[in-house]
Amino acid sequence: MLYRETGQFKISYAADQSVFPISQDRWFVSVVIAVAFFVVPVLASEYLLQAVMIPLLIFSLAAIGLNLLVGYAGQLSLGTGGFMAVGAYMTYKLTTAFPDINIIIVFLLAGLIAAFVGLIFGIPSLRIKGFYLAVATLASQFFLLWMFNKVAWFYNYNSSGTITAPPREMFGVIITGPMASAEIRYLVTLCIVIIFAFIAKNLVRGRLGRSWMAVRDMDIAAEIIGIRPFQTKLIAFAVSSFYCGLSGAMMVFLWLGSAETEAFSINESFNVLFMIIIGGLGSILGSFLGATFIVGLPILLTNAPQMVGLSMPIDMQKHIEIMLFGSLIIFFLIVEPHGLARLWQILKEKLRLWPFPY
Amino acid sequence: MEIINFLNLVFVAPIEDMVFYPIFFTEVVISGLLTGIMYSLVALGFVLIFKASGVFNFAQGAMVLFAALNLVGFIEQGFPIWLALVLAIVVMIILAFLIERFMLRYLINQEDIILFMATIGLTFFLQGFGEMLWGSNVKPLDLGIPNQSFEVGGVLLNEFDLFAAGSGAILVGVLAVFFHYTRIGRALRAVADDHQAAMAVGIPLKTIWIIVWSVAGFVGLVAGIMWGAKSGVQFSLSLIALKALPVLILGGFTSVPGAIVGGLIIGVGEKIAEIYWGPLVGGAIENWFAYVLALAFLLFRPQGLFGERIIERV
Amino acid sequence: MADFERETASLALSILVKRLILIGELEVIDAEHCHDSLLMYKTLIITKMTGRYFKMLRNLILILLGGVLGVTGVVATTPVVEADEQFIPMLVYRTGPYAPSGIPVANGFRDYYTMINNRDGGINGVKITFEECETEYNTKLGVECYEKLKNKGSTGASLVNPFSTGITYQLIPKASVDEVPILSMGYGRTAAADGRVFKWVFNFPTTYWSQASAFIRYVAQQEGGEANLKGKKIAHVYHNSAYGKEANPTLQALAKKYGYELVLLAVDHPGQEQKATWLQIRRAKPDWIFMSGWGVMNQVAIKEAASIRYPMDHFVGNWWSGSDADVVPAAASANGYKSATFHSPKSDFPVHSDIIKHVYDGDMSKAKKNSFGEVLYNRTIVNAMFAVEAIRTAQGKYGNRALTGAEVRWGLENLNITKNRLKEMGMEGFTKPVKVSCSDHETGGPIIIQQWNGSKWNIVSDWVAPIREVVRPMVEKAAAAYATENGIKPRSC
Repeated sequence: MLYRETGQFKISYAADQSVFPISQDRWFVSVVIAVAFFVVPVLASEYLLQAVMIPLLIFSLAAIGLNLLVGYAGQLSLGTGGFMAVGAYMTYKLTTAFPDINIIIVFLLAGLIAAFVGLIFGIPSLRIKGFYLAVATLASQFFLLWMFNKVAWFYNYNSSGTITAPPREMFGVIITGPMASAEIRYLVTLCIVIIFAFIAKNLVRGRLGRSWMAVRDMDIAAEIIGIRPFQTKLIAFAVSSFYCGLSGAMMVFLWLGSAETEAFSINESFNVLFMIIIGGLGSILGSFLGATFIVGLPILLTNAPQMVGLSMPIDMQKHIEIMLFGSLIIFFLIVEPHGLARLWQILKEKLRLWPFPY
Repeated sequence: MEIINFLNLVFVAPIEDMVFYPIFFTEVVISGLLTGIMYSLVALGFVLIFKASGVFNFAQGAMVLFAALNLVGFIEQGFPIWLALVLAIVVMIILAFLIERFMLRYLINQEDIILFMATIGLTFFLQGFGEMLWGSNVKPLDLGIPNQSFEVGGVLLNEFDLFAAGSGAILVGVLAVFFHYTRIGRALRAVADDHQAAMAVGIPLKTIWIIVWSVAGFVGLVAGIMWGAKSGVQFSLSLIALKALPVLILGGFTSVPGAIVGGLIIGVGEKIAEIYWGPLVGGAIENWFAYVLALAFLLFRPQGLFGERIIERV
Repeated sequence: MADFERETASLALSILVKRLILIGELEVIDAEHCHDSLLMYKTLIITKMTGRYFKMLRNLILILLGGVLGVTGVVATTPVVEADEQFIPMLVYRTGPYAPSGIPVANGFRDYYTMINNRDGGINGVKITFEECETEYNTKLGVECYEKLKNKGSTGASLVNPFSTGITYQLIPKASVDEVPILSMGYGRTAAADGRVFKWVFNFPTTYWSQASAFIRYVAQQEGGEANLKGKKIAHVYHNSAYGKEANPTLQALAKKYGYELVLLAVDHPGQEQKATWLQIRRAKPDWIFMSGWGVMNQVAIKEAASIRYPMDHFVGNWWSGSDADVVPAAASANGYKSATFHSPKSDFPVHSDIIKHVYDGDMSKAKKNSFGEVLYNRTIVNAMFAVEAIRTAQGKYGNRALTGAEVRWGLENLNITKNRLKEMGMEGFTKPVKVSCSDHETGGPIIIQQWNGSKWNIVSDWVAPIREVVRPMVEKAAAAYATENGIKPRSC
């Protein structure tokens, strides 16, 4: 009763088609963005930014990418780590070969290359479905990592096999490399993530998103009404790989500073899959919520015993942390299999009725 | 000239190698077959659970590790080997019971991917729990299985590998007989076919699931013994699941003979690729080659070699 | 009632369902078939659970989210300032895939620092405080641990021992910015031996490239001279990662120089299954095998080598493939396996009895439970000793107080551990004297070969020097390339 969304009428098509038609949503998102831009960099410590906020944003982007593929287009894929690696290594090659090009442009180019690679590895999706496709995408995961390990050209023949982010500037401020401060990197990441999340939201509202959802729900029926399944699936793979490649590039250049192939191993693929399942398949907000959960929870669990004043041997602590993580995943799935996004929806539904119970 | 050189290297030289050194080729093939059976041992656990409960149990790798850890832990505590084996089996049965009670029951009608994720959560839990109980050190596993190598016609064979292959074959045989000729086996096949119908004729779903997960746990224990004797029981044992996945998709998720045939194909294919074509590209291609091989088969049979045909209705 | 008495179920269920729908607790899965008591039965179990759990969950989520924000906020606060205590962060991996190697390492550091505190009252009166942070050998967690611990203590972290090549690579760019020196003893980035480019990274007493060249020199000694290397076949079995590939360029360069044939065999991570590699070895029949392995790859490799009946005394692992955990599964068949190292595997030196006395109060069995006497434990004793002596050296210049990272870096760079000092510390014969200089952060240290005899490791060779004239130019070249790529101006020393 107090939270009323009613009475908001639109008088132009543009207003009706806006991404956040309800003014409460608009306010909420604006406040969140304002806090993220102005409050967090000022108040948060370097550790908080470096260990929590930046990876959260980067993985949200990767989660959005995977959500487009799995949640909207219904193609189960476990090759996320490989595509992130493509983005990272291609950025490294391009920026070391052409140091003068703005690093953001390089990110986008690397994303395009990742999209192309994703397109190729998405070809089996016409024949293979379900878990078979998931395991088949593992082929792309392992092959890409093997290639980046083996072919020395990718890491400029240096003996360590790692790629390091060279210092790059934008508008006179250093944004990559060890000299870049955590706040600057955080702000750049935030901008990129907001822009691309917005693009993703619009993609899924449009014709492309609807064709993805049609293919997901019933691909034979979709084919009958004229949606071309092969093209649709391939575009899903391409767009998803673009996002994953972009987030991989950001991971190395704006967060870690350097990486070897181990940073993109199958654990990352599973991590991003967790994020979208816990966050909610088929939901952009869900990607953010899931990333918060998966990135924040281990840090919370690691620091919790100290906060409570409990001192435990560190390996016991780690074991309990792992067990708790696993149990919480199971618990979440039992209680809300549609993810945190669904919980958010239910919360808003309850809010509309509040303070009445029904 | 370059092209001819390249073609020669890729297509002619390896074949020549295989033909002119047949003894070594036989050794490679046999070793591939033996490795393949070891992979199938792990894949069997996946197949059993998928057949009966429709769950792609990613935790099978962790179950292999957990079972082996329990066994070695009991032996370290001083129990005689036979008692430790029995206790390890009992622990797996209790684990199956707990999984059914606290996880499967609440996820009955959920989508496949939710169940898959839940098993990944279970993987974490088992890894942490196993290490917490028994420690993270590597533990040697020696059950007195003979380990000598001997030569037969120039081909080197190892008693242990043969023993492992033999037990794998016996296990598959026993399971096949079990599924076809016993009452419980028939009940399992009924449940695999249609949960609702099976319940309608009075088959208790809960009990069946506990039985299946226990059998998968037992298969995991056998796999854990075979792999653990090679490398000592340690965390990396749970990563064997990743090597068994290509076997699974090649053979089909729902077929026990498929797991064996798939394992043999993957094992041989992997070894041949690594030894004859690996050096051309710098080696270590086994991992992704297995997946690419399985993928190639899948393109022709999307449900795996022996899997159930996927029938889609509009 | 509905749960257990099926007779009344059909009556009661319909009423219950309607009521539950009304109060919003029921998510009806299939409305049309609600009359089917079986489905309703199942539905109710789920939704009853869901309803009860739902409330719990909502609260749990709010608490968790609040906790995440709260904790991360609390974590942001600065720690309590300790007066006059030297803080050393410890990045350990007591769990995870490499725990068998990580546990003795963590114990070694902890015991040596504790001994210094208990026996000497700290370093010239300044006590050492240390904190373990679990990394699971995961690079990201390692960097996170570093970020968490680098500012702890009154003067920040004195130095960091990442004990993982991957984490070291990540920390190298950060070291100069955060002013925390890295002591990556015998691992990490070999090019850091050139101190002019890598001011903040130290890898004494020896590195992977030196080790590879010393291995070749050892083989030459065993074969009766360098001339006899010509025509021999040497295989390098290596973990397919940056760490494993480290020795390759050196081995290739030396192959050109001495005329032996080098066979490179990569083993894919994690190395649980190595039949293909060892079949190739069986066919190639190399005279010597050098292994750069890690974790489970070591155990399986040794077992496979025994299985193909390769002469174990011609199989030499590098110093990360020569610990007690590696030979455990192969047991008796690993007899004769050799490995390179740079310290004694024995634990009968005075420093060891000091540890037993001051850390374990003479309780030998408790010490053994804490990895006392293992090869990797001894290695970390050496590492911890270097750290402590570096701090002591720096105190000589800056005074007996808690020192900053930059001051400790000076101590590391001017470290000079003489034979007499080793004797004073009770380590004579345990390891070799070390003198670090500005341009040489490696000190070009020699290695020794130890051999497993079924129950323990024994030294079976003299100190073997590396082939510096081949290795040092390669190091300088790699360092120069790194400098150019990252815009670092090398210092002049």
